[in-house]
Amino acid sequence: MSVVAVATASRRSRARTVTLVLFAAVLVMSALSLAVGAYSVSLPDLLATLVGQGDSKNEFIILRLRLPRLTMAVLVGLAFALAGALFQSLLGNPLASPDLIGITTGASASAVFAILVLGLSGFAVSGFAFAGALVVASTIYLLSWRSGIAGYRFVLVGVGIAFMVQSTLGYLLTRADVRDAQGALVWMVGSLSGTLWAEVAVAAISIGILIPVVVLLAPQLRMLQLGDDTARGLGVRVNVARVLLLGVAVALAACATAAVGPIAFVAFVAGPIARRLVPGISLVPSALIGVLLVVTADFASQHLLPGGTQVPVGIITGAIGAPYLLWLLATRRSRGEA
Amino acid sequence: MTESHTLTAAGLSLSYDGAPVIDDLDLVVPPGSISVIVGANACGKSTLLRGLARLMKPQGGSVQVDGRDIHSYPSKQLARLVGLLPQQPVAPAGITVADLVARGRYPHQGWFAGRSAADYAAVAHALEQTSTADLAGRAVEELSGGQRQRVWIAMALAQEPEILLLDEPTTFLDVTHQVEVLDLLMHLNRERGTTIVMVLHDLNLAARYADHLIVMAQGAIVASGSPAEVITAETVRTAFGMESLIIDDPVCGSPMVVPVGRFHHLG
Repeated sequence: MSVVAVATASRRSRARTVTLVLFAAVLVMSALSLAVGAYSVSLPDLLATLVGQGDSKNEFIILRLRLPRLTMAVLVGLAFALAGALFQSLLGNPLASPDLIGITTGASASAVFAILVLGLSGFAVSGFAFAGALVVASTIYLLSWRSGIAGYRFVLVGVGIAFMVQSTLGYLLTRADVRDAQGALVWMVGSLSGTLWAEVAVAAISIGILIPVVVLLAPQLRMLQLGDDTARGLGVRVNVARVLLLGVAVALAACATAAVGPIAFVAFVAGPIARRLVPGISLVPSALIGVLLVVTADFASQHLLPGGTQVPVGIITGAIGAPYLLWLLATRRSRGEA
Repeated sequence: MTESHTLTAAGLSLSYDGAPVIDDLDLVVPPGSISVIVGANACGKSTLLRGLARLMKPQGGSVQVDGRDIHSYPSKQLARLVGLLPQQPVAPAGITVADLVARGRYPHQGWFAGRSAADYAAVAHALEQTSTADLAGRAVEELSGGQRQRVWIAMALAQEPEILLLDEPTTFLDVTHQVEVLDLLMHLNRERGTTIVMVLHDLNLAARYADHLIVMAQGAIVASGSPAEVITAETVRTAFGMESLIIDDPVCGSPMVVPVGRFHHLG
């Protein structure tokens, strides 16, 4: 008994340390994001404003402009990272992330269709984005089903679908008026600029409903990692559990994309980075890394580019994520795992 | 734990993608004993085991535990009765021995409850019985083949099933570790009364460790009973298409199959 306890304890303490460090990093980046900008605020003033003791100027800048944007960054970072980690774990393949297999692209295409063809705006567009993600995910699932789901086939079908959706997107944009296309562009790279509290509320409620579902299903996820046969032998209803978990993951990716567009590669890199820090599946560290990535990338997109240029956050995450994808492919191939 | 649970198959038909592998098979597993299924490659022995472990839905007939169709049990309830160790189980990357073995407790855990004292006790006992307690903190992927197989068996033990099914538990192990694993299973059976059903490749090890031997050929059972009754030159010819001489195993008196082959002759 003591051996078990000690072994589990040493692992847990490592996981706890990593989680605490990540959490601290998120706090620091959040404070920076709120305080630094064209108009910078000192730390005491920032804290005072957050507890409602600040002057009206600080209050406007922090509570009306910066805090909604930060909150949204935290929410979508969390949702993308969890969605990616769930997909990768369920399908046993690091390439099986919703942003690589066309699910977030499906959301974008659907949103762009709503803007350019139907002339919609606001939450209606988000609704279309959500529906687009669900349609693409279900299509991939049905096309790759052969008396069970194999991760490899799921990824290949997903990549194929992603190209189809991508070409639809391209077609819609080339047909559109230049000014409309400019507005639609946000739905292709993902942006947090100009986030309103109303949008944050919608994202917070939908993601807030999904998180407890993930927590409830996490034990089954751990069992599925042992392989279908072993999991079934231990009393897991494998196909049911997998569909439920995939459904939650799709919903998370869809909610996040509907809120801010497809912020590239966050879903894809968060899980693998977390696994490097803590062995095994690590949903909490993955989520924290997702949050840290989006908050940091958004900060960089606003303040760290030469000449004071501001770009959508999706461009920064894409610039970091793409080399990581290449590196992962190269090193996995050399170890004969891919 | 001494109450015995019966595992039976009646009129069982199993197929892969419409190709029948097993047709109308009847089987009664003697409770509390070690049953070993042997047969040539592709005779359907692994398929039968998968069918018994509810990994396949029968095209006809049924598999029953205590007279009730296994597909009608709630999945966790059945998992407390019947455990399974697949042929080549995969451990998630980075998982420790203690964590893997603890996952065997899944069918005993509810939706919200964490690990109970009973869970810790079962895991500790499983580690101890398989002599893997000192490996508890190690990553499973760092272990040798023999150690890893003992860890998987420990996971199946933590599950505390009444009937344990194993698909070729000795594959890829050298002879020392084969004997070690089989001794462990025999110990389990004699100490705890766990009914064991396994597929084995090696006829002589099967004859030595089985209380009940089931010989399969072309998806059907061609002989079953105690090894002494079942292992004859005739049965070996039917099941494996091979001439052989049967002698007494000098260690324990069980029948031992000595193959003849093309370039050698009897006498």
